[in-house]
Amino acid sequence: MTLLDDRTSEEANPELEKKAERAESWRGFFVALPTYVFLVLFFVLPLIIIAVISFAERSRTGKPILGEWTLEWWIKLGDPLVRSVTFRSIWLAFLNTAFSLLLGYPFAYWIATRKKAMTRNFLLVLVLIPFWSNFLVRTYAWRTLLDSNGMITKIGEATGLWGKMLFTEPAVFLGLLYGYLPFMVLPLYAAIEHLDWNLVEAARDLYAGAWKAFRKVTLPLSMPGIIAGSILVFIPSLGAYVTPDLLGGSKTTLLGNYIVTQFKSGRNWPFGAALSVTILVIMMIATVIYFKKGGKTL
Amino acid sequence: MAAAVSIRGVTKRFGTDVTAVSNVTLDIVDGEFFSLLGPSGCGKTTMLRMIAGLEFPTEGSIQIFGEELALRPPNKRPVNTVFQSYALFPHMNVEKNVSFGLEMRKVDKAEIGERVAEAIEAVHLKGMEKRKPSQLSGGQQQRVALARALVNRPKVLLLDEPLGALDLKLRQAMQMELKDIQSEVGITFIYVTHDQEEALTMSNRIGVMNFGNLLQVGTPEEIYERPVNRFVADFIGETNFIKGTVTDDGAIRLTNGSVVHVRTDAPSGADVTITLRPEKLRIHALDADDINPARNQLPSTVTRRLYYGESIYYEVAISDGTLLDVRHENIPSLRRWDVGDEVIISFHRDAGEALLS
Ligand SMILES: Nc1ncnc2c1ncn2[C@@H]1O[C@H](COP(=O)(O)OP(=O)(O)OP(=O)(O)O)[C@@H](O)[C@H]1O
Ligand SMILES: [Mg+2]
Repeated sequence: MTLLDDRTSEEANPELEKKAERAESWRGFFVALPTYVFLVLFFVLPLIIIAVISFAERSRTGKPILGEWTLEWWIKLGDPLVRSVTFRSIWLAFLNTAFSLLLGYPFAYWIATRKKAMTRNFLLVLVLIPFWSNFLVRTYAWRTLLDSNGMITKIGEATGLWGKMLFTEPAVFLGLLYGYLPFMVLPLYAAIEHLDWNLVEAARDLYAGAWKAFRKVTLPLSMPGIIAGSILVFIPSLGAYVTPDLLGGSKTTLLGNYIVTQFKSGRNWPFGAALSVTILVIMMIATVIYFKKGGKTL
Repeated sequence: MAAAVSIRGVTKRFGTDVTAVSNVTLDIVDGEFFSLLGPSGCGKTTMLRMIAGLEFPTEGSIQIFGEELALRPPNKRPVNTVFQSYALFPHMNVEKNVSFGLEMRKVDKAEIGERVAEAIEAVHLKGMEKRKPSQLSGGQQQRVALARALVNRPKVLLLDEPLGALDLKLRQAMQMELKDIQSEVGITFIYVTHDQEEALTMSNRIGVMNFGNLLQVGTPEEIYERPVNRFVADFIGETNFIKGTVTDDGAIRLTNGSVVHVRTDAPSGADVTITLRPEKLRIHALDADDINPARNQLPSTVTRRLYYGESIYYEVAISDGTLLDVRHENIPSLRRWDVGDEVIISFHRDAGEALLS
């Protein structure tokens, strides 16, 4: 039987094919041109400027003196204070990502497996409702909740489980978790909703219990959602400014606040620039590692 | 003749208004190739899913080799399924797909390796172990699905229209192969299809379903030659229907007054419909004198002729206007008739069946 033969297509004219391919790729370039221009002007160029500034001496007002170069700011990154701010930021961002995933996955799974489309959409709208009001306002609301007279503090005191959390690390963590959880839920929902449930049934038919079928089929197949959600939560958490500024104290400075300080009261633009480049590199490395690790199971 | 699968009074309702399977009782013999045949939506898949444990019956009992398992979860049944859409795990290569069931049952590594290699070889996929399902053709995916189920050596293999997505040539080749594999491994196959030809050529027995009811169970020949009702006669192959009434001496009086003799279980006086397959009818000249006396004769007129190559189809009208299809083999000894010819059609007493209508 010749069933097994791979489909062999007739050799097409390679010259013509290449030409067509090139024309196609040029067309694509022109369509994307406005976006390229925009990104180069407002993204690549400012980044280059920041990188350049980080090597400049600073004037007394804190502005960079272009023309006088130094590595001082990059060496300063090794200071114990900078190191502790960086590690705290990474730790909180990581913690926030992990908890968002832990809370977000079951929730997204539950929404995605509701039978009626109406119910699913309604639940999704609930997830999105917080976005209808300003993030700053919502963070101030947390401030009220976590303050001495706040509801959460009262509950904690009544049960003896916690005290006033405002201006501490747990407050920042709660604020971050609250702020970025929807960014985890939405991509997870999309991934789980697209899942082919026949595959889970096939796993059950092949002697997998409910948990095994989840581990071996559902979880790996929702990996794209896990990756997208984690990146969407990790990156803004790492650079968070508003949340730690409003809910944290001086002992919970994160990279975002630390950078702002350099540009304002710290009067040290070049050092702020060096920090900005650092945070960017951390994010890039984290993203690449994450994609690589997740990519294998895709 | 041990019953591999014994289904007793099984009903499946979805909600209050959908009855997908209605009071089905059926025994499937060990080692047989059993087909469930019926039109779309008649409940075939639902029946299969209940045997697999992917759906639980609302009422009734399902036993496999004497073990009751109507409500047992799918992973605890000695049954495997080949899904209509194959349902291959897209994130695993061929080898991992095939070994999945054995790994779940914690068979030891060496044995898994051996059995997986064996199964992949049996479905002619050697050399493709490391490919992902997306890198395989439809026919190859079909084979992986088959290997993935068979490698577990289930007591019963369930197949839900496994060839539905393949083109005709591949489909026919795979039919033969499936049949060969089945007789080799000796496992009971329950095969769902809505293709009557596939069911006739492959099965030891067929169960015909409609609207959730099991209408008839029998060998392909029994189903084709002796359908129990109009639906089965019409669904399996082509057929002609002629209305009539049973006379006191067991013959059938047609609406045009002619009297014919065919098999019937209907009591005298009952209204019946005779089913007659086109290939069992013959056309003769009006003055023919060589017609076998065991054959019924009806005068009629040729109204249409269709040339099919290996055969020729005639449409003829009997005197009350009922149109009948007649199939003549395309051989020189059979005379060609033209539209408008006045002729006699004949059929043997055993050729038709009068069914209560
Ligand atoms: N989960 C379900 N919920 C509600 N109704 C269902 C469900 N599954 C099946 N049905 C209904 O039950 C009936 C039988 O469906 P089933 O899938 O068994 O048909 P089938 O014979 O396999 O058809 P096909 O040849 O099209 O695959 C149909 O009317 C279908 O709409
Ligand atoms: Mg079906």
